[in-house]
Amino acid sequence: MRYTILQQGDSRSFPAGDPFLAGAAPGAGVVIHLGTPLVRDDTKAAILIELGIECLGVHTGESAGEEGSNVLGFARYRNGADAPSPLVELVRQPKTKETAIAAARAVFEAAGLTVVVCADQAGRIIDRLTRPKYNAALRFLDEGLATAKDMDTTCRLGLGYRDGPIERVERGGLAHHYDVTKGLFDVYGTPAYAPARRAIVAKQRQGGR
Amino acid sequence: MSKPIQTVAVCGAGGTMGSGIAIVSARAGFTTVCYDTSSDGLDRALRQTEAFFGKSVERGKMSAAARDEVMGRFSRTTSLDDLVKADLVIEAVYEDLEVKRHLLAALNVICPDHTIFASNTSTLSITEIAGGSGRDDRVVGLHFCLPAQLMKLIEVSPGIRTSPETLATAWAWCEKAGQLPVKTQDKPGFILNALLVPFANDCIRAVEAGVASPADIDTAIKVGLGYRMGPFELLDLVGLDTQVRLCEAFYPITLDPRAAAPPLLRRMVAAGQLGRKSGQGFYTYDGNAMFGA
Repeated sequence: MRYTILQQGDSRSFPAGDPFLAGAAPGAGVVIHLGTPLVRDDTKAAILIELGIECLGVHTGESAGEEGSNVLGFARYRNGADAPSPLVELVRQPKTKETAIAAARAVFEAAGLTVVVCADQAGRIIDRLTRPKYNAALRFLDEGLATAKDMDTTCRLGLGYRDGPIERVERGGLAHHYDVTKGLFDVYGTPAYAPARRAIVAKQRQGGR
Repeated sequence: MSKPIQTVAVCGAGGTMGSGIAIVSARAGFTTVCYDTSSDGLDRALRQTEAFFGKSVERGKMSAAARDEVMGRFSRTTSLDDLVKADLVIEAVYEDLEVKRHLLAALNVICPDHTIFASNTSTLSITEIAGGSGRDDRVVGLHFCLPAQLMKLIEVSPGIRTSPETLATAWAWCEKAGQLPVKTQDKPGFILNALLVPFANDCIRAVEAGVASPADIDTAIKVGLGYRMGPFELLDLVGLDTQVRLCEAFYPITLDPRAAAPPLLRRMVAAGQLGRKSGQGFYTYDGNAMFGA
């Protein structure tokens, strides 16, 4: 499946030099927006919009659960400033065309990426599920449950994780964790997403408040 | 006054966790007394232990002579009185506060003053287990990971009245046994389950909320984060009924909404969908084959 890329500014999914960028060609059936505004075109197999922490509905508008077309959102999962992972979270709406999902999947899988499909909910899959855990680990650290090193060791040895929660959230950036959790907290309003104290401190030191 | 630990007794040694702990102990050179109320359980554990060390010999990790020496360090009993010479007793019996408290109270009468009692609890308070034991300064938490004979990690948790000497002796035993101890507080779930149980519930709630399928969530977690198993694969392996029990142990104490059992989890347990052991959980199992739910 051929694809066209329309880009403005840096992409978190496909940073400069990523081989995926070089595979693009003009006039293809799949159009990928990296930072450019959505231009609807029903003749295209799929139109893909790279998402940050916002929902796809911000770009498409929503209509009482009837929204959906050939437009999908996507983001390649990335922990803060870490290199992008091979995972693409593909975001659909209730009435998204199945043919558009298939076309999007074909484009990414041909590039060697792994695709999962999720609903247009804040945090998609990974941020929705991991950010509360990182918040809990940061709170445990403040409360003296264990040292950061021991918490990380426990998760690596006891659960087989590649890295522990504290080293991972710190490597990704505590200020970035603040941005993500603040966005999730605005949507869900549950304490699990309220930015942890250490993330707030990092954000304040960055001059964000 | 603590003495060097030479003899270790494991209570509940007929079970999976207890037999694994006994292997860790005997392998490290300690005389190891395996206690269980079920002689069938002890027989089963013995066969599994022989098979475990038999594999080690087959793979060239251990000589036949060394295996025989290790096997010679085990003794088995269904009589608590036989634990009289233990310097360290590790209990891995049913996860019930009263069961554990009764066991420690009985052991307190049998064992010498210097004997340290360790609990392998994953959900209960060490301080509560120690209460009424008659020696709560000599009770400590040693939480092993499954399978204990392969996993190095031990969460070491002192209760409120655990003496520094008891903690130091238990810590030294972990190291001498070739394990990696990490110190944690006596709080529900210690480190591992305090992070894991609410995370697993969040995953179940994401399915309930229509975010994605269990298979797609597992794929995302494995590919995106590099976990060895997806959360739903792990839940099916551990058992959904076990997850409910963990939730019921944590939520009333922490009142953390993330620790409360999600309605979907309860419905699946009510329907007999317990995971691998029932052939159906978030995935369907047919022998060793697994099918997406």
